[in-house]
Amino acid sequence: MEVTETWYLVLSALLFSMGLVGLLVRRNPLIMFMCVELMLNAVNITFVAFAGALDDIAGRTAVFFVLVVAAAEVVVGLSLVVALLRRRPSVSVDDLTALKG
Amino acid sequence: MVDAVVFAVSAAIILGGAFGVILSSHPVRAALSLIASFFGVAVLFVLQEAHFLALVQVVVYGGAVVVLFLFVIMLLGVDRSEDLRFEPLAGQRVAAGLVGLMVLALILGGLFLSGPGGDEGAVALSGQPTQNGTLELEPNNPDADDDVDRLADDLFTRNLLAFEATALLLTIATVGAVVLVRNRGAEDLVVDEPGSATH
Repeated sequence: MEVTETWYLVLSALLFSMGLVGLLVRRNPLIMFMCVELMLNAVNITFVAFAGALDDIAGRTAVFFVLVVAAAEVVVGLSLVVALLRRRPSVSVDDLTALKG
Repeated sequence: MVDAVVFAVSAAIILGGAFGVILSSHPVRAALSLIASFFGVAVLFVLQEAHFLALVQVVVYGGAVVVLFLFVIMLLGVDRSEDLRFEPLAGQRVAAGLVGLMVLALILGGLFLSGPGGDEGAVALSGQPTQNGTLELEPNNPDADDDVDRLADDLFTRNLLAFEATALLLTIATVGAVVLVRNRGAEDLVVDEPGSATH
């Protein structure tokens, strides 16, 4: 039995959907960030699968850039979380309504 | 056959870790489940012979990102379990599950119901870029078998500007994190307290 790229794409779709559901359901900002990371990983699986299937290294280069941008996103996002939670020790994003119009 | 077994095991680890992230009531447990999921993805990268990306996946995601998460959890002292049975918005979970199923159906439908991919599409995707500049580059060198060689060829020829832009992005992110978390003195914090903005 040979592992084709379709297997990877189905797994990636499952992982992406699970990350999306987690992002929508959970109210803890840290766990919401983790779910975003899951979705980014799902996309990385897709990139590497297509890079292998089409024999094009550009897919793997895209994964490299996704990694860098994800690291930057985590740094900025977590510092936002620290700045918010230091001021108000709540763990729910539903309470962050300071910008509500 | 070995490939299929490795794929099945790592897929189970990835999806189990994802379930752990979504369902665990404790943030530290969610972060550890996230590590399991990242390691499964790294195994899949090895299976596709993307060795360098597997290494970077373990070091950057499994190391730096998750350690950052754990650091923030410990720093803020939010390592309490939350009660997941309480649903803050009525009907939100059902709606979120429906949205997730719809997105899954959309992706799988696009994957399986789309027409057969002709060779034209594959050629257009993997075609060599036409370079009219004076500098003759050899991007996407197919002779180099090594994964790292090919990745470096592509990264430092076709994507050099983007690579430099990521350096700028990381610098901006670092400076931004320092500015966001810096303690600006007590008076700023007092003004934002409700009921104490008297001056």
